[in-house]
Amino acid sequence: MGKRVLLIEDEPNIIEAISFILSRDGWDVATHSNGHDAIDAVHARAPDVVILDVMLPGKSGYDILSELRADTHTQNLPVLILTARGQSKDREMAERVGASRFMTKPFANADVLNAVKELVAP
Amino acid sequence: MGNLNALVAVSLIYVAFLFGVAFAAERAAMRGKGNWLRLPIVYTLSLSIYCTAWTFYGAVGNAARSGLEYITIYLGPSLVLIGWWWGLRKLVRIGRSQRITSIADMISSRYGKSNLLAVGVTILAVIGTTPYIALQLQSVTTSLSAFSNAPSDSQQLSATAFWVAGGLAIFTIIFGTRNLDANERHYGVVMAIAVEAVVKLFALLAVGVFVVWGIADGPADILQRIEASEKTTWEINGGRWAGLIFLSAAAFVCLPRMFQVLVVENDSEDHLRTASWAFPAYLMIMSLFVIPIAVVGLDIMPEGSNPDLFVLTLPLASGQEGLAMLSFLGGFSSATSMVIVAAIALSTMVSNHVVMPIWLSSSGGGATVSGDVRNVVIISRRLSIAAVLGLGYLYYRLSGGGSALASIGLISFTGVAQFLPVLIGGVFWRGATRNGALAGLTVGFVLWAYCLLLPSFGPDVLLSQSVIDHGLFGWSWLQPQALFGIEGLDPLMHAVLWSTSLNAVIFVVVSLADFPTPMERLQGAQFVNIFEHSSRTPSWTGGVAKSEDLMIMAQRILGAHEAQSLFEHEAYRQGVSGLLPEPNAEFLQVLERELSGSVGAATAHAMIAQIVGNASVSVQDLMAVANETAQMMEYSSQLEAKSNELARTARQLRQANEKLTLVSAQKDDFLSQVSHELRTPMTSIRAFSEILRDNSRLSNAEKRKYSGIIQDEAIRLTRLLDDLLDLSVLENGQVALSHQVAQLGTVLDQATTAALSGAEGALNVVRTGQDNVSLRTDVGRLSQVFINLIRNAQKYCDAENPELRIEVSLKEDRLRVDFIDNGTGIPSVSQEAIFDKFSRVNPQRAGGAGLGLAICREVMNQLGGEISYLPGQGGAAFRVTLFAPLSLAAQ
Amino acid sequence: MSERSTAVFLERQTYRRRRLIDWLRILPLIGLGLWCIPLLWSKGEGQGVSTADAVIFVFVVWLVLVVLSAFSAWALQALESDDKDATNTGAR
Repeated sequence: MGKRVLLIEDEPNIIEAISFILSRDGWDVATHSNGHDAIDAVHARAPDVVILDVMLPGKSGYDILSELRADTHTQNLPVLILTARGQSKDREMAERVGASRFMTKPFANADVLNAVKELVAP
Repeated sequence: MGNLNALVAVSLIYVAFLFGVAFAAERAAMRGKGNWLRLPIVYTLSLSIYCTAWTFYGAVGNAARSGLEYITIYLGPSLVLIGWWWGLRKLVRIGRSQRITSIADMISSRYGKSNLLAVGVTILAVIGTTPYIALQLQSVTTSLSAFSNAPSDSQQLSATAFWVAGGLAIFTIIFGTRNLDANERHYGVVMAIAVEAVVKLFALLAVGVFVVWGIADGPADILQRIEASEKTTWEINGGRWAGLIFLSAAAFVCLPRMFQVLVVENDSEDHLRTASWAFPAYLMIMSLFVIPIAVVGLDIMPEGSNPDLFVLTLPLASGQEGLAMLSFLGGFSSATSMVIVAAIALSTMVSNHVVMPIWLSSSGGGATVSGDVRNVVIISRRLSIAAVLGLGYLYYRLSGGGSALASIGLISFTGVAQFLPVLIGGVFWRGATRNGALAGLTVGFVLWAYCLLLPSFGPDVLLSQSVIDHGLFGWSWLQPQALFGIEGLDPLMHAVLWSTSLNAVIFVVVSLADFPTPMERLQGAQFVNIFEHSSRTPSWTGGVAKSEDLMIMAQRILGAHEAQSLFEHEAYRQGVSGLLPEPNAEFLQVLERELSGSVGAATAHAMIAQIVGNASVSVQDLMAVANETAQMMEYSSQLEAKSNELARTARQLRQANEKLTLVSAQKDDFLSQVSHELRTPMTSIRAFSEILRDNSRLSNAEKRKYSGIIQDEAIRLTRLLDDLLDLSVLENGQVALSHQVAQLGTVLDQATTAALSGAEGALNVVRTGQDNVSLRTDVGRLSQVFINLIRNAQKYCDAENPELRIEVSLKEDRLRVDFIDNGTGIPSVSQEAIFDKFSRVNPQRAGGAGLGLAICREVMNQLGGEISYLPGQGGAAFRVTLFAPLSLAAQ
Repeated sequence: MSERSTAVFLERQTYRRRRLIDWLRILPLIGLGLWCIPLLWSKGEGQGVSTADAVIFVFVVWLVLVVLSAFSAWALQALESDDKDATNTGAR
């Protein structure tokens, strides 16, 4: 049983692609596709790492991340922000709310995989 | 006594004639037809009041006693008029522009509107003039008694004098106070004295001609008689010769009655031009026959007969009663014209400077008097006239009509000559001050009284013989006729010399040491620089002129329109027709309040006071102030307008900036959106193409699936790019529309087919309404909108059995096509935003980039129609409206 | 008259007017001077000026002054009233 990854993303094709990539590497991939109850999903699944989109229906990825960081249980949880918005202000925003890594779409599959591995490795 | 009765009858007829002339002149002036009243020659003739009965009768007597000396009395005034450019012109200009009413007003006005000075000048003028009036009354009575040739008792003479004085009072009251004009001009009086001037000149000429050619044998004979007379050679005292020329010149300007006709009654400065030669000519002719009459009189009249009456007694002695009667009328004219004008001048001074101030202060505060002061003024004038003539009569009675009166002419001249230094100094020297004037006048008059007036009554009448011989308090240097021990001078010249010179010296010295008040300085500048301050012909038409001046001033301060409407309103309120209200207290208060809004209360008060009150500052000056104020206000309003404009520009700039900032933010937003929308499909494409490349062991099904995803996303990307380009073209208005005529039904059919082809969900499309309408429009674009709407319904309608109703309705010139589905519709918060770019109500189910409705809106704008969300229809509902369809094809 | 140019014309007119006013100012002084001449006449038996001559002198001066004054006043009016007239009178 590999480490658990929670992918919060609303675009079905991207979910499919990332799930494929990580599953092939032995990760236990769970997905969640909206912002409303993303926090609940994190608590429920207790993942080792979270891949978080920003433009989510219901609640933005940044808001979700700040809430996670405010909670003692999840304040050190590795979170990879993966967004289609690649402007520098988005990167700054991500760092400010406490993202562990920031990556923009489109991405190289290997980069995502390596990033997730690095985040989980101590 | 038949003679006398005839004379009285003729005199009465003559008096009635004078009344008629004066009355006609007044009427003509009132009707505005009095142009003939303003002829220069009338002005010139009116100056002849200088020649009183004293000169008419007395000149001959004087010539009989002292030879040519009499002529100096005429030489002085001649020089004054020939030299009109020096002084008279300035006096007249000042008098007109400052609205001077008398010599007292002139002097007080110049010295800071000092009433003390005015009262002083008035009193002194009365003292100097009353004996002179008595002299005229005496001349009438003596000539009358000479005519009757019967030694009348003094009782009878007094009665005559009384009736003459009473008649003159009535005449003066009627024509002197007929109207109360600010300009103090009396056309009736002036015309009457002009007529009298002609009568006395004609009378004297007639007597002279009779004497020269009737009694003597022509000029040569006269010259011979002169040579044969006692005074064969030039034996005139040089001091008296020069002194009398000076004295008569001074008196000509300073006598209240002369000032009245010269300055106050002056109608136009141009009249001076004519008078400058015509009046010297008049005087020359008047004096031409004086010597012949005197010489012949001395020759043929019995020893001891009064030479003062030769003008009358010579014709009588020769049996020429008609001529004598004419001569009497000449003397009568001389006396009456002088008395009338003197009474008017004095009554003006007494009323303005003595009675009115007392009345105003006794009636409880001058400023608050709101009633008709004009009546009070007129009554006070009339009483003053009666008082002046009464004083003259009283003086005549008290003096006993004796010889004491004979010398009063020159004494009176010397008295009024005391005004000269103050007058000339005030007009030519800005440094002259009120205190200087008061001091100079006081010294002059004290000396005049002490040296000339008091001794003239004879020893021990008013001044004891011991004072005359040894001086006041026994100090010999204070002898009235030998001041400072300078003896041997002619008493008259002694008095003239000391009084006028010390008057002038004290006046100058005190002025130099004094510091004038602001009012004095202002008035001084006004008077001395009159030609720089005044226009040539200031308007002089009384109350209306004042209103007009106020109007001009108000216009300059309030603006033409406001001022005019204010005046019009006030005039209407007063019930006055026309635009100019009466300048009464109420109106002035209103005006002052209005003006103070513009120039401040103090200035407004001063301005109005200056125009309406005693105009001590010229209207022109106020105009200058008003102009300056107007200019300043204009300038500041220009500045205000400019700053308003700047503020407006700044506001516009700020708005533009906000707009630009907004546009910029929108552009950033848009780019960010576009970036996001492009990256999302690209992410899938890249990820799956890498998966396909890197994982050779994928099943075929997987390979097909991933390839399918790549293809879908590529198509999505293409459509997004197409939409963006389309929107860009539409927004920039660069779209080329190709209009065709088409049936709405057909367009809808094709659009439905196109939209549903290849779609998996089963959307039921229902059509209602009359769709057989023919349109002229860009069919391709219109169906693009329809397709978009149908696809939206297909994509987003969340009903179990999705159904889309397309309703066509025609209202007036509008064609409406509604697309209503049976889903949950769009929440009202989003209804506003759905036509914005990249707006998606439900992104999860989005197939597009959220540009569809934005494109639809742009298309409809281009087609001249509109698209809007139709709330309250159950499901999502859109209405497409097209204006002016061509026709209903079915009809 | 040669001056047809307006500038010269006006210049000349103003100049004439100024000189005429000078003359108006001088005139009374001349009159005063002439009328004061009798002061210089010697007094005494036999050698003095006769009264008849004095009378004639005073009246002749008077007449001359009146005529000059009248002429000056007329000239001034002409100068001020009309430009064209002013040319003629001004050329006095």
